Amino acid sequence: MTAIGLPRREFWRRPDVSLRALRVWQRNRDVYLRLWKSELIWPLIEPLVTLTALGVGLGGLVALDSGQSYIEFIAPGLLAVWPMWAAAGECGWGSFFRMENQRTFDAIVATPVSIEDVITGEILWGMTRALVSTVYILIVITAWGLVDSPLALLVLPLAILPGIMFASISLSYTSFAWSISSLNYFFAVFITPMFWLGGVFFPIDRLPDWAERASWFIPATHAVEVYRGLTSGNVEWSHLGDIAWMAVVAVVFYVVAVYSMRRRLVK
Amino acid sequence: MSEIIRARDLVKRYGPFTAVDSITFAVRTGECFGFLGPNGAGKTTTIRMISCVSPVTSGELTVDGMDVSREPRAIKSILGVVPQDNNLDPDLSVRQNLRVYGRYFDLPAALVRERIEEALELFQLTDRGEDRIASLSGGMQRRLTVARGLINSPKIMVLDEPTTGLDPQARHLVWQKLRYLRSQGVTMLLTTHYMDEAAHLCDRIVIIHQGSIIAEGTAPELVERYAGQQVVELHTVDEERAPVLAKLSAIEGVDVEEVEDIVYVYVRGGDGFDPAALNLGSMKVVYRPANLEDVFLRLTGRGLQE
Repeated sequence: MTAIGLPRREFWRRPDVSLRALRVWQRNRDVYLRLWKSELIWPLIEPLVTLTALGVGLGGLVALDSGQSYIEFIAPGLLAVWPMWAAAGECGWGSFFRMENQRTFDAIVATPVSIEDVITGEILWGMTRALVSTVYILIVITAWGLVDSPLALLVLPLAILPGIMFASISLSYTSFAWSISSLNYFFAVFITPMFWLGGVFFPIDRLPDWAERASWFIPATHAVEVYRGLTSGNVEWSHLGDIAWMAVVAVVFYVVAVYSMRRRLVK
Repeated sequence: MSEIIRARDLVKRYGPFTAVDSITFAVRTGECFGFLGPNGAGKTTTIRMISCVSPVTSGELTVDGMDVSREPRAIKSILGVVPQDNNLDPDLSVRQNLRVYGRYFDLPAALVRERIEEALELFQLTDRGEDRIASLSGGMQRRLTVARGLINSPKIMVLDEPTTGLDPQARHLVWQKLRYLRSQGVTMLLTTHYMDEAAHLCDRIVIIHQGSIIAEGTAPELVERYAGQQVVELHTVDEERAPVLAKLSAIEGVDVEEVEDIVYVYVRGGDGFDPAALNLGSMKVVYRPANLEDVFLRLTGRGLQE
């Protein structure tokens, strides 16, 4: 799209990332703190509604093979996928709006902050939104009595990883989005199916074999797996594999986001 | 006087399109240097290369002795950039906008607080400090954008069409502040397509057209060189035009240009030309000093630049 403006040597230039990325994070935080009254209501209410509707309402009609109550089954999954929405939304609609409508990125790169710092700061902020959401939901499901193990506290530091992963994936897509409504493709085709089909609301093994195998490629399933283990106290070695998987995907998409955003913005 | 910005054979290409076509210029420390040109001439592209946000295709470009491709952060830390479109943070207050911007420069918070109050004072925005950006008029937003560019006490202000879209009062207020900054020793680089703005603020001007510099000098020099001292505009009707043009062609020291229904006579050397001698009859005649706009239109053509 804009590749013609960028000579090849410029495209391959080594990314120039510095601690000034935190300045971008601080900027987003300041805006968030100013708007928190309107920003906070959605992530505050929606988990309560879903837990009530699906956990209590629908859950009363569901009997799981394991004998676990349905609301207990979905709780750790929601702990994984709501923060996913927070990170993806922030680095999707949020970043696109800042980039194209408010021209915030243009204002920032006129200062000693590099474009790579901006991209990194955006991803760190998306991760932070995911982390805030994780803390909130963890408190809610703990208060609801849905957490069985103190290992659940490990979810908090661990949530940084899927946070960065989902933020990076989302910002990578945003770097190709031509309008704010074209982000709908990403959310409709990628994020929403992950939310409903990523092993949160029913065990993946209920899917046909091929779909079960394919689910290995779905980022959300790995976070759901690990969180299930931690909140129930059933930690397995395979969870290290899930963590490694997310780490690799996070790094890959961070690099994609940096190069692709730079291609888009540096002309 | 030393040169703080130097460009030699500077080129910027976007694929097959050449936006800046091998320009050479130097900006001296402490002066106000203007890029004058129609839309799409390459002014903003040049400014963006100087501000280290657009990579140079070829040629040399140094700012305060540093190469733009090697030390972008060091260069950006001494620039105060005022973009063409206000890109203030609409959700933050006036003061927060300045504080957030100051942080990008890694300046100590106490110093930033001090400079914020100075900048608000200078631009007469002190009592709007806690207001949202959306509640400010266009002129105030512009002033705030200029004030924001001052937060790092820049050596060089880079202003891209600083007063486009402002009403005359707001324009004059911005000009007044820019003159003040120049008097404080800040080097200024500005682009404009307003002739009066260039004439008013700039010590030296280059006229840029289709990516090339086509003239360079002070405003009076450019006027003298390309338009002479006086201009006579003859508003002619068809049948009058031919005899008038014939008479004019016999007179020395004048250039004649026909544009639609107006004949422009550019007069050099003061008293050598007397319009009364042309027997103009009832024709509408405007007799006025030559100005930068004449230079601009003569050099860049009268067709729409789109």
